[in-house]
Amino acid sequence: MPISNIRLRLRDLSRIRQALALVMLLAAPVPGLAEPHTMVIGYLGQQRTPPLPLGPLDQTVTDDGLQGARLGIVDDTGTGRFLGQQFRLQEVILKVGETPAEAIKEFAAAGISFVVADLDAPQLLQASATPGAERMTLFNSRAPDDRLRQEDCRRNVLHTIPSYAMLADALAEYLIWKRWQHWFLLVGPHPQDQAMAAAFRRAATRFGAEITVDQPWTFRPANGRADTGHVTLQTEIPAATQVGDYDVLVIADEADEFGAYLEGRTALPRPVAGTQGLVVTGWSAVNEEWGATQLQDRFHKLAGRWMLPSDYAAWLAVRSVGEAATRLHSLEPTVIGNYLRGDDFLLAGFKGQGLSFRPWDGQMRQPILITGPRLLVSSSPQPGFLHQRTALDTLGIDLEESTCKF
Amino acid sequence: MQVLIALVLSMLMARSASAETIYVSNEQDNTVAVVDGATMTLQDTIEVGRRPRGMALSIDKKTLFVAEGDDNRIDMIDLARRQVVGRLPSGADPEFFVVHPDGKRLFVANENDNLVSVVDIAAAKVVGTVDVGVEPEGIAVSPDGRTVACTSETTSMVHLIDAATLELIDNLLIDTRPRAAAFSPDGKQLWVSSEIRGTATVFDAATRAQTGKIEFEVPGIRREGVQAVGIVMSRDGANAYVALGPANRIAEVDTKTLAVRRLYLVGQRPWHVALSDDQKRLISANGNSGDISFIDLENQEVVKSLPVGRGPWSVVIGP
Repeated sequence: MPISNIRLRLRDLSRIRQALALVMLLAAPVPGLAEPHTMVIGYLGQQRTPPLPLGPLDQTVTDDGLQGARLGIVDDTGTGRFLGQQFRLQEVILKVGETPAEAIKEFAAAGISFVVADLDAPQLLQASATPGAERMTLFNSRAPDDRLRQEDCRRNVLHTIPSYAMLADALAEYLIWKRWQHWFLLVGPHPQDQAMAAAFRRAATRFGAEITVDQPWTFRPANGRADTGHVTLQTEIPAATQVGDYDVLVIADEADEFGAYLEGRTALPRPVAGTQGLVVTGWSAVNEEWGATQLQDRFHKLAGRWMLPSDYAAWLAVRSVGEAATRLHSLEPTVIGNYLRGDDFLLAGFKGQGLSFRPWDGQMRQPILITGPRLLVSSSPQPGFLHQRTALDTLGIDLEESTCKF
Repeated sequence: MQVLIALVLSMLMARSASAETIYVSNEQDNTVAVVDGATMTLQDTIEVGRRPRGMALSIDKKTLFVAEGDDNRIDMIDLARRQVVGRLPSGADPEFFVVHPDGKRLFVANENDNLVSVVDIAAAKVVGTVDVGVEPEGIAVSPDGRTVACTSETTSMVHLIDAATLELIDNLLIDTRPRAAAFSPDGKQLWVSSEIRGTATVFDAATRAQTGKIEFEVPGIRREGVQAVGIVMSRDGANAYVALGPANRIAEVDTKTLAVRRLYLVGQRPWHVALSDDQKRLISANGNSGDISFIDLENQEVVKSLPVGRGPWSVVIGP
């Protein structure tokens, strides 16, 4: 194991201790209240190989998602201590190749009813089908796959990570608002790139954009970080982007393999958006609006790094349970489960308006951020995009389009 | 010479007749705008620390305190000289604060630290802290000075603090993301706004029982676009004015019936409001449009918007 990794782990340990100390401090009982009751929330993650850093400033993160869930527990406890409610996280990380069945059984045996399922789509579906899981609510905090909201939707799954469709619609609204209607869509080789691209194509049709060029990324330019790497990119990218005219280059590169090579190097002088360039995302460290500064600061103190979209989605999951427990003055799982799916539930998520779950597919409605490298560029839904229920439902799969049958 | 004296006298008299100066904190400009109440014009801009938000006048109305979130301090502006003449510690990230009626202490909400800090003004020292919920925000003190109310946004509560012992008296649950707290002038009611739900909850300050709730509605604007933020009450206690944030409205509420009497259309995203000394004029600080709106309450109309800087947040009216 490289030394830098060991250092990271040691640092993590000390941060975990700090976090625990903070939880214990917050959990100190307030005089005059009844004996605290405890809600244990499960966290089910999976070991992942972190992507190779594309640039020297990229942080290598091995605990994304998990730290968000931990902060959620700290925040839930902040309210819970005034109401005699305690919250605790039981963490399980699946090894590569391990199925989630054992973990779900373990959670069931511990009486856990709410699980942050920080899993890829196949593992999420396995987990949701494991005996015992039918009495749980799994929060999908990782998989943006649209099929999980459509044909593969599950009654016991709520989604706090935005779907591909939501991300693509959010970007489309912004690009249409900018009148950048002609898109050059460049698609990576992986299945998730294809899924993201499908969502961009759907969004183009929905919002009246035209994809004038739709191409797979087939080039294999030399590593941009090699000595003289920039020279190679400077020659190869213009050749790779010799297409007809367009307003904006839209990239579907979920694995972050090549998207960053495009900006400033295209044959025509055009902006880059999508998974790189103007990044469309559920969360970003650049967001300090709507009170987000405090959330970002709390997270940075806890984790020693910036909050990533998967951290935010896991935080939303844990906070949803906490918010329901607060409103209901109850830790009763059935009551909380029903409340989460009902009309009254509304979570404050530092994106300017209350968040709730769509009853037709369990997806959390939420504004989507359009971000630059250092600042927030915009937030969708954009002004002028209207909807009969809420403008948030202009993003993603709407009731009328839903094929989800629980 | 006589003419000159007469002119000066008449100017002085005109000034005292509408002796009013409006101070607006511009959170993105790091300034406090000074607006003449009579002419409704921008007179001066005072440079302060980073991210000024909450402001309050000293009891003698000679000093303006300004909380500077990014500098973790409170600046003191001498209003005669219109410049910063001193600093107070505030605890981390002060957002809102109140001057206690004893004139000696400030109660400051430390948004990043889940604390309320008590600052001794003369000693320029933090003399006490109170643990509250996550992200303390709005703060108010009862007219008798006994109770301080502090909202915490993520905890969704208002915490009632004994101002003498600094102990928590009670913690009341509020709708999602509470912002401002305000006591009625007779001290009998406590009002707290909820940003995400767009409501204001009214409590009996003595029994701490909820006595009512206003669910704000604005025709043509969806539920999520109607958010309640700043609250101010008229001196006679008959009216409350509530800023409705992204709905770009100020609601006038009858405090007896809790009915919304009317809505005033102001600039974009009003955060906070203040009433003139004669109670005839209401001023809102509009965060997104960079201006303040003057509302003539007698004629029930918005009479002027005045650009004051970037990100107007709170407004205080002084002599």
